[in-house]
Amino acid sequence: MPLYETVVGLEIHVELATASKVFCGCSTAFGGGQNTRACPVCMGLPGALPALNRQAVEYAVRAGLALNCSITKNAVFDRKHYFYPDLPKAFQISQLYLPLCVDGWVEVSGKRIRIREIHMEEDAGKLSHDPWTDVSLVDFNRCGAPLIEIVTQPDIRSAEEAVEAVRKIRAALSMLGVSDCKMQEGSLRVDVNLSVRPMGSDELGTRAEMKNINSLRSIGRAVTAETARQIEQIELGKPIIQQTRRWDDSKGASSAMRSKEDALDYRYFPEPDLAPLSLSDEWIAERRAALPELPEQKRKRYPVEFGLSAYDTDILVSEKALCELFERTAALCGRPKDAANWIMGEVLAALKDRGEPPDQLRLPPEALARIITLQSDGVVNRNGARRALTAVMSGEAEDVDGYVTANQLAMVGDESALAGIVRQVMESDADSVAAYRAGKEKAFGRLMGQAMKALRGKGDPGRLKELLTEALGEG
Amino acid sequence: MSGKSVMGGGYGEYSAYTALELGAMVQSRQVGVEELARAALDAAKASNGDINAFITFSDDVAMSQARAVQSRIDSGDIPSRLAGVPVAVKDNISARGVLTTCASLILDGYTPMYDATVVERLRGAGTVMIGKLNMDEFAMGSTTETSAYGPARNPWDTERCPGGSSGGAAAAVAAGVAPFALGSDTGGSIRQPAAFCGVTGHKPTYGAVSRWGLVAYGSSLDQIGPIARDARDCAAAMTALSGEDTRDGTSMPYVFDDSAVLRADADALKGLRFGIPREAFETGLDPSVKSLALDAVDLLSDLGASVEWFPFPMFRHAVPAYYIIASAEAASNLSRYDGIRYGRGAAEPGLTLDEAIVRARSEGFGREVKRRLMLGNFALSAGYYDAYYNKALQAKTLLRGEYDSAFQRFDIIITPTAPTTAMRLGESLDDPLAMYLGDVYTVPVNLAGLPAVSLPCGFAGDGMPAGMQFIGRAFDDVGVLRAAVAYQSVTGWHKEGYHAAV
Repeated sequence: MPLYETVVGLEIHVELATASKVFCGCSTAFGGGQNTRACPVCMGLPGALPALNRQAVEYAVRAGLALNCSITKNAVFDRKHYFYPDLPKAFQISQLYLPLCVDGWVEVSGKRIRIREIHMEEDAGKLSHDPWTDVSLVDFNRCGAPLIEIVTQPDIRSAEEAVEAVRKIRAALSMLGVSDCKMQEGSLRVDVNLSVRPMGSDELGTRAEMKNINSLRSIGRAVTAETARQIEQIELGKPIIQQTRRWDDSKGASSAMRSKEDALDYRYFPEPDLAPLSLSDEWIAERRAALPELPEQKRKRYPVEFGLSAYDTDILVSEKALCELFERTAALCGRPKDAANWIMGEVLAALKDRGEPPDQLRLPPEALARIITLQSDGVVNRNGARRALTAVMSGEAEDVDGYVTANQLAMVGDESALAGIVRQVMESDADSVAAYRAGKEKAFGRLMGQAMKALRGKGDPGRLKELLTEALGEG
Repeated sequence: MSGKSVMGGGYGEYSAYTALELGAMVQSRQVGVEELARAALDAAKASNGDINAFITFSDDVAMSQARAVQSRIDSGDIPSRLAGVPVAVKDNISARGVLTTCASLILDGYTPMYDATVVERLRGAGTVMIGKLNMDEFAMGSTTETSAYGPARNPWDTERCPGGSSGGAAAAVAAGVAPFALGSDTGGSIRQPAAFCGVTGHKPTYGAVSRWGLVAYGSSLDQIGPIARDARDCAAAMTALSGEDTRDGTSMPYVFDDSAVLRADADALKGLRFGIPREAFETGLDPSVKSLALDAVDLLSDLGASVEWFPFPMFRHAVPAYYIIASAEAASNLSRYDGIRYGRGAAEPGLTLDEAIVRARSEGFGREVKRRLMLGNFALSAGYYDAYYNKALQAKTLLRGEYDSAFQRFDIIITPTAPTTAMRLGESLDDPLAMYLGDVYTVPVNLAGLPAVSLPCGFAGDGMPAGMQFIGRAFDDVGVLRAAVAYQSVTGWHKEGYHAAV
């Protein structure tokens, strides 16, 4: 039994996928020339005022409902003050006293990780430093992009649970469509608060906060490394200092950024330029009713309804694109297990080959359903079906049937044609025939392979096997 | 009086007319818009050595607006009653391409890339903006002496201040330079200078006029409003200014209609119920200002209004609550001025970020602004927030409750606008507490978000004009201005300045 227990709480910043920013009409699209998506509000010019984007509130409420939170009907925005050049007003509009969503939870390996709150806030701009001219430049394009911050209670006890909690939250948000949840592009950012304590203790140790973690894998690595660092400190009799640390994924280690003594007084107070929200019970109930089926619900339904394994279910429900493809394909072709197998096998492999994430999947469920049907009806064999899939995913083909015809992928099922090939192969490879008849069963596979090759892969393998067995038996 | 008076229309041939009179003259082709604009610019420049009401003259903007308005009028399109009338705007209201300094060194050279909503609306109404007006730095002050561009002076006595913070606006209107002007009022900054300069100023209900483009001081208190010769002009201006603006989340769908106001005469006072808060007349009030206000009360009663005294215990808590809330919001609003992106900066090679910000703010802000920023940041600090800011919010809530119950019995509450007449220059700067107490009648109105008009009610023992204010229910701007027009239909105080030749 280990001597120490890891205690982790997460702060997850998620950029909402609204078309415009949270307090003005500027576009939130990624990229764009520097400072081309910035107006007086984004730049904090004198006299500019925030005007709340209702869509952002709705997205945040949906996230809260999906994560089992209560919604604060009269939520208030607050100003959080600090000086930094990427923050042009010198305060961030956020929520401290009355956050929009409170008291939720997410289930991780059968236990509930409590969510303390989800609050709304605005993103800051981006600084870039030019070392040659020793000048820092500010790009305000990201300023005012809508964010939610999901804050969990310190209920997580391991690296695995931390990763799993983020995966679950990410899956739910991506299913809702409220964010694209791309950690690499920064639309989902995770800060890890971690402390250790002697196993069995109820008290919380002094915590460190780790920032700059930008993949699921590095969350796990960071938790493991920080746990080890803190245990080592304790064993050496050194104190744990409350501090913010920067995770360096390439080194697999974190380094101190600032300690509690440097902590800022943010001088929070209610944002006077924005009236408190006033959400009605009816409005919240409508949002709740309009929620899509969430990953947790799908996780329970798939094994029962479709007979899928827990492993397959887990992979499918973690990605909105995959479970949408699965559900629609299964409905269209009526063969859910085949649909799951195709997605788990060929589709994921093809994505991996192409180096694309699942949300960039270009595969209409109609096409996949047709491919599955053609194979199960014996029109094409697995090889032909795989070729059709590759063609559709690469954009080479749109119409599956048209592609099958044009490329003559339909199996050769004609008896006389198959029998002719069998005869040909047996004549040209008399050695194998002799070997087989002498009891070497391996030779059968060799002959099958040659026959299939002669048919350019389009032979109905079942019928071919029967004909070959029959012909060999006659000798 | 020790200084000289420059009242009496000495700066131009159109000085004697109100904004509505000038509008009528434009419509009837008695005067061209360009001629009027040129005359107003000339008068403004001629006056500035005496009263220093302007920081910037916007000749180019004015003349191109004037040409555009004249051609609209020539084609038969009369955008409003004020079409063609010159207007000047306080220098904390953004106008695209025109210097907007807030009378602060830290914004020296700052030119906005966008128009305030009120600037757009004034243009839409066909008025012509001739310049930007002097003020207390960032609207913090009651004398216009905290301006980085030198104090504005009172046209009635140039050794006295015009009040503040919209002192340039009140002085320009009183001197007959601008027919009307826009000020802003966070704790009395429209009404007090209007009273000190013998003109009429209206602080609209919070939310009635968009704040988009108004450089913020105390966001929950700030309102833009008109300063003019009389309440009729204020009403005409309110018609142009009011209306919801999606860019200001605190603006409300309120549309001011001046027709009922402009028709009002003394009969409008009959049956109107006026309440007088007892505490407002108890201590700290100049006896001659007090007797002028009581004379006005008697007159209202003679004209058929009902007048009744009532207790208003929260009155004395308004000034401390105001200075905490306004300073806290100011500390937050003004924290963006770092001298790096615009205005006068201190960014130079070799300074760290913190050093550059500290130097820009140390050199860029004046003493009064620094005092309030420190006060505000203190009130918001961890550990002090509940004792100060939250306590002030509680006082504000109680104050609003007292107004609510008073307005169940009264239509209008009447008080002096300020406890004194205009101070001599330099007299109040060294005693900020005394200066803050001068806001005793005006700040409760801002805390409650109510509409109030200040109007002249006579001349005090020192010969200077005194003002009183009518305070109304939220969004009853029409009601207070209608009562003010009615009062002015039977009194001549608001016309005094025109007839007294230099």
